[in-house]
Amino acid sequence: MAMFAIYFKEINSFFSSLIGYIVIGTFLVLMGLVMWVFPEYSVLDNNYANLDALFGVAPMIFLFLIPAVSMRTFAEEKQSGTIELLVTRPISDWQIVGGKFLACLTLVVFSLLPTVFYYITVYQLGAPQGNLDSGGILGSYIGLLFLAGAFVAIGIFASSLTNNQIVAFVLATFLCFMTYMAFDSLSRLPIFFGKTDDIVQSIGISYHYDSISRGVLDSRDVVYFISVIVLFLAATVLSLGRRRWEK
Amino acid sequence: MSVKVHHLVKTFEAQHAVDDVSFEAHKGEVLGFLGPNGAGKTTTMKIITGYLPQSAGQVEVCGFNISESPMEARARVGYLPEHNPLYRDMYVREYLAFTAGMHQVRNAAKRVDEMVERTGLTSHRHKLIGELSKGYRQRVGLAQAMLHDPEVLILDEPTSGLDPNQIIEIRQLIKDLGREKTVILSTHILGEVEAVCDRAIIINKGKLVANAPIQELKQQFTGQSIVTAEFAGKTDAGQLKKIRHVLAVQSLGGNTWQMTASAEHDIRADVFAFAVDNKLTLLELHKELFSVEDVFQQLTK
Repeated sequence: MAMFAIYFKEINSFFSSLIGYIVIGTFLVLMGLVMWVFPEYSVLDNNYANLDALFGVAPMIFLFLIPAVSMRTFAEEKQSGTIELLVTRPISDWQIVGGKFLACLTLVVFSLLPTVFYYITVYQLGAPQGNLDSGGILGSYIGLLFLAGAFVAIGIFASSLTNNQIVAFVLATFLCFMTYMAFDSLSRLPIFFGKTDDIVQSIGISYHYDSISRGVLDSRDVVYFISVIVLFLAATVLSLGRRRWEK
Repeated sequence: MSVKVHHLVKTFEAQHAVDDVSFEAHKGEVLGFLGPNGAGKTTTMKIITGYLPQSAGQVEVCGFNISESPMEARARVGYLPEHNPLYRDMYVREYLAFTAGMHQVRNAAKRVDEMVERTGLTSHRHKLIGELSKGYRQRVGLAQAMLHDPEVLILDEPTSGLDPNQIIEIRQLIKDLGREKTVILSTHILGEVEAVCDRAIIINKGKLVANAPIQELKQQFTGQSIVTAEFAGKTDAGQLKKIRHVLAVQSLGGNTWQMTASAEHDIRADVFAFAVDNKLTLLELHKELFSVEDVFQQLTK
């Protein structure tokens, strides 16, 4: 399928440049520090055999790393003019967007994979050995993947709006932050509090991420994440087709 | 009929970038697109490739309407955009393989090697595109346009920025391609049209002002032929005017005269006869050829 031509081209460009290695390296170094070194989070200092530190901090790191991965997807193609060749090939805009989305998500998965070692280590450290909530951890990984998917979709959308990668990065970070955390805080405003605060809260990503992290895979949370991803990918397709309806 | 453009209109903010343009391009023909900068050449090409939508009118590529069956039409078009955009951080073969993947070309690796050879990229196939000189980048651009063996090639200023040797090579390549495909190329180098194209279309301010084979274009639009003659002895305008079909006589100094007649008459024989009758020795006699430049200037004033 033509979508995979784009997928593999993007993956290749991550690993033939430094981007792929820097993203994975930065994520793992930060995660390692948080898990084992920083006293306020570290498993060794908290004396609980769990991965709460990982799942609590990873979204914050993704908030910056994922926009950095996705910022070039369309902005660079627009800047160099290659977008013109891309959209005149016999492939649909959905395939182009889908290929780029999956490629960015794959890079995030690659950076997450090595953290399985943390699970193994903490499993050994538990007293008694193996005393940790494996179901909750699996749920948290799934939640983190959904969150990453939503961030990637937002990042690609931001990239499709501009031909400047820095603008794409800043816009994506802002949009990710807003959808991740802002609704949580907004819900505590007096006009919402005690009335519609749970509705406002449930628009945000953190509400659903926390819910999945508890280890309960609720279909509402899954539907929420898939909706956010599809919504932003659809917005990207719409933005790509802007030349068609712009007068 | 490979490409059929029917009453094409494109407006940008109430301005007609392309205004009611109709033409056809046939298989085995290189069609030159001429016009001053901003005349609507690039816009027309972008519409044919499906990058921009038209405001009105129809475009058909190999029988597929680009608005109704865009995928079928796009699959049959090879496109080299203006400024030849490329991924600078990809290797030549990698990029061509990527292009093959998007077109679902069968035996992609073999086809890529074929294209590399045909465009003379063999010694550069393992280089980064960003490291290539402009001439070689242009070849990569042509290779990606031809990779899926399209019936129609749309080349927007394929020789811009190349040195004279590279220009000759690329032109030869385009000429070879023109035998089996439909090639539409835009240029503002008028000599290029004469060198490569079978037919020329001239666009000015979005309107089609000429569409004819090059030879015809040169005669039809100037409407007159000019003959220059140098005699050994003196003669005068009055006598020269009596020569059959001569409409105007102009002295170029000394015994050199320029005579104008309508395009359908070749007055050289008459001038020769005049010289013999008047016992004048004819030192020089030639017909001025109109260049595409003249036609172009006349049509796009």
